[in-house]
Amino acid sequence: MSDYSVVTFYSTHHALKAEKVLKKEIKISVVPVPRSTSANCGIAIKFLTEYLKEVEKILKSNHVGFEGIFPWPK
Amino acid sequence: MSIYLDNAATSYPKPSCMLEACKVFTEQVGANPGRSGHRLSVEAGRILYDARASVAQLFNIEDPLKIIFTYNATYAINMALFGFLKQGDHVITSSIEHNAIARPLRYLESQGVELTRVPVDPKTCQVDPIDFKKAMRPNTKLIAILHGSNVTGVIFPVAEIGKIARENNVLFLVDSAQTAGVYPIDVEAMNIDFLAFTGHKSLFGMQGTGGLYVKEGTNLLPLVRGGTGSKSEEDIQPDFMPDCLESGTPNTPGLAALAAGVKFVLAEGILKIRSREEELIKQLIDGLSAINGVNLVGNMTLDCRLPVISFNVSGLLPSEVGQILDEKYDIMVRVGLHCAPWAHQAMGTYPKGTVRVSLSYLNKSDEVKYFLNAVNEISEKRRT
Repeated sequence: MSDYSVVTFYSTHHALKAEKVLKKEIKISVVPVPRSTSANCGIAIKFLTEYLKEVEKILKSNHVGFEGIFPWPK
Repeated sequence: MSIYLDNAATSYPKPSCMLEACKVFTEQVGANPGRSGHRLSVEAGRILYDARASVAQLFNIEDPLKIIFTYNATYAINMALFGFLKQGDHVITSSIEHNAIARPLRYLESQGVELTRVPVDPKTCQVDPIDFKKAMRPNTKLIAILHGSNVTGVIFPVAEIGKIARENNVLFLVDSAQTAGVYPIDVEAMNIDFLAFTGHKSLFGMQGTGGLYVKEGTNLLPLVRGGTGSKSEEDIQPDFMPDCLESGTPNTPGLAALAAGVKFVLAEGILKIRSREEELIKQLIDGLSAINGVNLVGNMTLDCRLPVISFNVSGLLPSEVGQILDEKYDIMVRVGLHCAPWAHQAMGTYPKGTVRVSLSYLNKSDEVKYFLNAVNEISEKRRT
């Protein structure tokens, strides 16, 4: 089974900017935030954990603020 | 045949793509952006982001999230002025501002903000950038000016004024209501810290849309606080952009239309739009100058003006000219003071005002011809 992570955001506007900049480089999907993870904005971005470093790098270089990165609940 | 020549008030007609975008949103998406996790809400959020990204591209704004949407440029200007200026601060403006800047500044002046109005040359209605430098005081915090006048059509040298602002460590607010979409605007090259724009003029969007660019690191106190869809567990306004300055449900169908309007402008190209408008301005100026009894107001130099021209016809009040144009010729223009008493005072046309004709990129040369013929007939009739 693949190992997924999820990045959460304070604002949907930030999440959708993240979608825009991330999807150019890696395969991601916009998902409702798993309730166990965060109570902030309603959507998050799910990706394969092997891309974790790259996701962080892309978000930082595009000045996209995010709340945190968590393992996708199994 | 109705001829609409009041585009400085709002552009009409609009490109069909903007109506289509509004229709697609309303029929196929419809949800509230940024409020829920379901797919229609996400799609609405994407439409909003797309609108921000389109505007960012037009004004060379690096981060689309530094743009907030408002009802219009007036609201955006108020957010910047009231969110930034404090008692004891000094602000410099011009003496031909629209009431969108004039009225909030006069109010702030009554609340202890110092105000300097830089004069314009009464003939050309143009400012001298040096006067902004001369007006600097130790407590100067902001220069707040229009980019293009809605009365005289004059374009201010904002790049030069922005440079003076930066050199003096003063922030720079530009009201682009008349220039966005028809004249190049680059927030980096022009050192603009706050750019107010409206959606319904040369960006070909709907009425009730506009926005404000806020440069990174310049914090504005919000005028309005409320639901943002973010940090919902807290009863305190978020401090990050754009949420801190964008409370309540936005006009998403209108902003979908704005995105389409801006994309239309980007696809046509500002330089092509500007060059087409220069042709129309020239036709208008040449035609009006040749009519006996017509007095043009302001500088007619092509390279620093918009297709917005104020004039009077000898022996007739502006309102009389406007009425004849409407009733007899089916031509729509705006007469009077154009929400800009300062500008008319500076030009010596206060309190009667002028007849203002304003064109858009979509006007036809034949319409200008018909208008010129009408003015000629009105003026001739007056003389005989």
